[in-house]
Amino acid sequence: MSGPTSFDNSVTRRRRHRLPVRAWHWINLWCLIVLLLSGLQIFNAHPALYWGSASDFDAPWLEMYAMRAADGSIDGITALGPWQFTTTGVLGYSGDSVRGFPAWATLPSYQFLSMGRIWHFFFAWLFALSGALFALYALLSGHFRRNFWLDRRDWRGLGQDIGNHLKLRFHAHAGKYNSLQKLSYLSVVFLALPLMIVTGLCMSPTINAAAPWMLDLFGGRQSARSIHFITAFSLVLFVIVHVVMVLLSHPLRQLRGMITGHVPRQSKSSDPESPS
Amino acid sequence: MSPQSPSDASLTRRTLLKRTLLGAATLGLVGCDRLSENDAVVRLLSSAETLNLKAQRLLAGRESLAPEYPASMISPVFRPNGTIDPQTALYQGLAANDFADWRLSVGGRVRTPLQLSLETLRSMPSRTQITRHDCVEGWSAIGQWSGPVLGDILEQAGVHPSARYVVFHCMDQLDGEHDYYESIDMVEAFHPQTLLAHSLNGEPLPVGNGAPLRLRVERQLGYKMAKYLKGITLVEHFDDIQGGKGGYWEDRGYTWYAGI
Repeated sequence: MSGPTSFDNSVTRRRRHRLPVRAWHWINLWCLIVLLLSGLQIFNAHPALYWGSASDFDAPWLEMYAMRAADGSIDGITALGPWQFTTTGVLGYSGDSVRGFPAWATLPSYQFLSMGRIWHFFFAWLFALSGALFALYALLSGHFRRNFWLDRRDWRGLGQDIGNHLKLRFHAHAGKYNSLQKLSYLSVVFLALPLMIVTGLCMSPTINAAAPWMLDLFGGRQSARSIHFITAFSLVLFVIVHVVMVLLSHPLRQLRGMITGHVPRQSKSSDPESPS
Repeated sequence: MSPQSPSDASLTRRTLLKRTLLGAATLGLVGCDRLSENDAVVRLLSSAETLNLKAQRLLAGRESLAPEYPASMISPVFRPNGTIDPQTALYQGLAANDFADWRLSVGGRVRTPLQLSLETLRSMPSRTQITRHDCVEGWSAIGQWSGPVLGDILEQAGVHPSARYVVFHCMDQLDGEHDYYESIDMVEAFHPQTLLAHSLNGEPLPVGNGAPLRLRVERQLGYKMAKYLKGITLVEHFDDIQGGKGGYWEDRGYTWYAGI
């Protein structure tokens, strides 16, 4: 056996994550940080999103802008469909300038579209190539089948798992991934990450010429841009939940496992991660 | 027993972790700005442009066509961007006479240099296409463009085998000092949808959209599609033109290949 449940011969430590998993995890972390921040820089060049092929400037479904308030001060406004929210200091207007996302969320921090694009495309290649290599490894080595494939017991245990999570009990199936974990990792690796790449490519006029069917798949270039944005934020949400989960379940031990590949073995009685 | 109790240790650890994260975030922000100003870093990051060009050419080939749209999808207003009303004396003078004295010069590495009037260009066999225009900022607009195919004009002039790029010289100055210009390679220049458009949505090109003549390069972003054209030169390289990067925006940090 191998993967998270595997043991090595050492008495004091046990195997947790293999090298390709660890390498991809940390490469991905950096890629996603740079891609998010440079992506928001690109978004800021035109902080509005639309559905369809072209931009109907009168009807964005999401828009960030600035407006002078009655007292003369400037408000940042975020309009989501028919609703308008005052988001001064964060969205629409921050740091005395009119900008979608604030300086701390963009790369570079100041408005610099061409530089944001250069960062974005370099890390997009890194992200796509390392992702493709990892997917290949995970499929061929059996990593997915062993650790992420949901068997009948997993599907049956799903309800109980959701219950456990709602009660903030996270150790029920410790030692191997529980059903919810499997589902979220699978949907990130096989749905969200590929969707980022494909919707990103769908914004390229050259790729549109090479593969016009991609435009039909997403409902046009502006729809692809919207889906790219929404998926990016669903990944942000995933990372937040992921980090919270780690913090709630032996964060240093988990961090150690993802860095060194091994975690110290604890005594049987107190080991919350021993296979049950 | 260790002099530190376990709770102290974890407290220190937690404080340390917090400080590390905070420090890393601040350093990260400042660091990324510093990196963006470092030539070696920018050169490394810019290497992706070559990958983009090679990979996209491989996927799209020379001839694949940009999607064309039905007339019902034409944008009610085709948003003009960049220069929308050129203030140069040259342009103002020619516009005053409705461009009757305007000529498009075709020169450089060609056998027969040409001087083409608007009338000549309008009477040439033309292509009409309804295509989507993608601005580097992120928005798109759909319009119907008509004009002669660039490849026909280049063939008429007779391209010298040493020519590798087509450079487009414009009459507008975005910064009030440097003429706008752009360049494309021969693959894009001889693409069947690459036009010198004199009409938008069946009307003569409005001033905001580049009157009297603009370039359409349908597989690239909007900044490649030079407006207010006055001349075309065929060159072996563009190092000696203005900033040497092959275009107004390229000289200011944008990539020369704008297929994505």
